[in-house]
Amino acid sequence: MTTVALDRLERAIEAVSAVPDPEIPVVSIADLGMVRAVRLAVDGVVEVDLTPTYSGCPATRLIGEEVAAAVEAAGCGKPRVRFLLGPAWTTDWITPEGRKALERYGIAPPRPRGAPAEPVRCPHCGSEDTEEISAFGSTPCKALWRCRSCREPFDRFKCL
Amino acid sequence: MTTIHLEETPHLTYVLRLADTALVNAHRLSEWCGHAPMLEEDLALVNIALDLLGQARLLYEHAAGLEGKGRTEDDLAYLRDAPQFKNLLIAELPRGDFAFTIVRQTLLSAFFHPFWQQAVGSTDRTLAGIAGKAEKEVAYHLRHAGAWLVRLGDGTEESRRRTVEALETLWPYTGELFEVDTVGEAMIEAGIAPDPATIRPVFEESVDRLLGEAGLERPVAGWMQTGGLRGVHTEHLGHMLAVMQHLQRAYPGAVW
Repeated sequence: MTTVALDRLERAIEAVSAVPDPEIPVVSIADLGMVRAVRLAVDGVVEVDLTPTYSGCPATRLIGEEVAAAVEAAGCGKPRVRFLLGPAWTTDWITPEGRKALERYGIAPPRPRGAPAEPVRCPHCGSEDTEEISAFGSTPCKALWRCRSCREPFDRFKCL
Repeated sequence: MTTIHLEETPHLTYVLRLADTALVNAHRLSEWCGHAPMLEEDLALVNIALDLLGQARLLYEHAAGLEGKGRTEDDLAYLRDAPQFKNLLIAELPRGDFAFTIVRQTLLSAFFHPFWQQAVGSTDRTLAGIAGKAEKEVAYHLRHAGAWLVRLGDGTEESRRRTVEALETLWPYTGELFEVDTVGEAMIEAGIAPDPATIRPVFEESVDRLLGEAGLERPVAGWMQTGGLRGVHTEHLGHMLAVMQHLQRAYPGAVW
């Protein structure tokens, strides 16, 4: 690959990685583990492979459009954006930085799949005296919890 | 607008059955929006509907690809009439009361959780990909609906009465979950579809466990309803489609 092409690919990767999640703008789609690959195709077009989170997540289409716009804005041309169903997305792909950003934003991050059930920490006061109000919340990826110490409700990222 | 007619192969018919069941079930759940007994439940039921609608969209897109005539998911959802729909009858029954909705969702989730788990190994790689997502989502639906089933069955006299009534009404519709016709046989043979016979013990085990916790009993297996897979429906589906398809039929191609 030529230096020019490599430079263009790097800019495309940077642009794609920085696209924020439309529902939770403090985390990027790269933090969420939605970006599976960014490459230069033989015809010189940037190709982006994304994985959708939930089948019915209404943000999926918007994310595809925003990724395309970001690549174009970085001067890398109009990309081909694909959504890959398999392997299925899992919350284990959320990066450590992404988990910290979620907690700072007030959303308790998911625990790794298969890990022993441990208390969910309240993102507001840090107490572990918390309870689930509903397994479903304001978006497909979140459940509704409540802290028994500070009495505040909070969102928790579902473990998937 | 003119109704479309698909040239169905067994593979296309099979995918349409799954897509139609997911869509019709999603629509019935969405009817609870603004009507559920409490705000959290309103959110939960429409979240489940949204998951199922997402599965339906992926399945319709796959079906359109199999047909290869350049049709879209919307064409398949909005431009077919009731006899062309191939959903399970249990999905199209009116939403009823909250107990009815919970019993139906428990039964459907108890079936589709092991179903999608097995479909992950399908030789149809697109279907396998959809299954990989769906099995995780349905695990949540089963946990949620199952917890309510226990609460209602083991709750007040009134909640128990309604739950028993729903169970008695819905049970004759469970036979269809395990029905295998020539389409099903061909799909199992090709390694595309899981064999429902292998799903039945898992379904029965989880239904019996939940009913046991709820202090209820599985109804005695008797005569079973059939027809949905062949496009023979209850009178309810036509009314549902009239509501769901009205806008696209009256204003073809409308977008907003």
